[in-house]
Amino acid sequence: MTETVTRPEIEDRPNAFTQAEIGWTPWLTPLTEDELTDRHWAGLVDASRSKSPYFMLLARDPETLEARTKTDKDIFYNTRAGLPRAERELSATAASRTNGCIFCASVHSRFTSHHSKRTEDVQRLLDEGTGAELGSRRWNAVVAASVSLTGTPSSFGADDIAHLREQGLDDLEIADAIHGAAFFNWANRLMLSLGEPTPAA
Amino acid sequence: MSSSPTPDIIDLLTGAEAGSFIDRLRAERPETRANAQKSYLALFEPVSEDAVTRAERLAVAAFVAGLHQAGAAGEFYAAGLADLNGGASLAAAAKTEIARGAARGPYGYYPSGPLSVEDTAGLVFAVSDFSRAVLGAKLRAGLEHAHLLVYRPREASPEALQKLLDAGWSTTGIVTLSQLVAFLSFQIRVVAGLSALGAAGEGSLSRAAAE
Repeated sequence: MTETVTRPEIEDRPNAFTQAEIGWTPWLTPLTEDELTDRHWAGLVDASRSKSPYFMLLARDPETLEARTKTDKDIFYNTRAGLPRAERELSATAASRTNGCIFCASVHSRFTSHHSKRTEDVQRLLDEGTGAELGSRRWNAVVAASVSLTGTPSSFGADDIAHLREQGLDDLEIADAIHGAAFFNWANRLMLSLGEPTPAA
Repeated sequence: MSSSPTPDIIDLLTGAEAGSFIDRLRAERPETRANAQKSYLALFEPVSEDAVTRAERLAVAAFVAGLHQAGAAGEFYAAGLADLNGGASLAAAAKTEIARGAARGPYGYYPSGPLSVEDTAGLVFAVSDFSRAVLGAKLRAGLEHAHLLVYRPREASPEALQKLLDAGWSTTGIVTLSQLVAFLSFQIRVVAGLSALGAAGEGSLSRAAAE
């Protein structure tokens, strides 16, 4: 095992928020498929993730990776009631824009656009930041709540909840927005600190 | 380790009692609830302590929760640390360093380019000389890295990881340390969000619950 960091040589390292399909490369050595035991395969959840350097690096702590992945999947992909997919992704994008995770914001802004068909509103969030006018009070409220929760310490409170309720969010939808933003405070810190973005192919 | 099963930590920290509004809301997302708890267990009741000991995990957690000014979580992790053999001095050092390290985030510098106009300066934290002696080189580096991840994750770098390797963290240990800080950033915000929702009181019933 190589116990040194990798310092990738990257030309045109992404340095602005984008919806383009950029990549990611690790600063530490991921596991190789030869090194995987049953415990690691369980941690990957989907066997296809053995092709991803990000998941193969996180597989060094397989129990944590498995629980992380299952938390992520339920928060974003369980569409039994609750907040529409587009707004869960919007909450994730706003957290990523606040923390400064160019890679996470690229993936989840793309997902927001895909589910909402509001590519230009999403681009304004990336270009102008979380104070941008996003074309609907509902989206502005979801973004503002995500930003409040993302602060350290969090300032999320009664005002955010009142604004979300004014825009028609019910309690489960508010809880979904909370979880979407909170989860990206997890994801952003892994993606930002274990590697860096690479340009679109 | 206690013989009784570990309680659900998010329920514990939000004070959500069985049948309460927040309990019923969480019950609508059983997979999220179960896996947030499994994440906690994977990190704090780990299969292996080879790369990161339980005391190191709890010291990082007490520090991170303290930086978030997350009252219940801060007390929970500090108490867990103080309960360990030799943990009381670590808990005291963590408390000292929380007071020295508290700030408001996120802040920091972006890679040079169009986002440089958004750069915000802020505290670059270093553990005090006194606490260094108590914490040792590895944990000192761990807390300094945790502070970076809590407040200015956009400034993370290979150099920051090299400092951890130089201080005795293995590659696997760094993955676990990163997961610890990142998971706590999630757990503390879920608790903050659900606590605020609980305090605001029940609004409209979810469509699923109303059916």
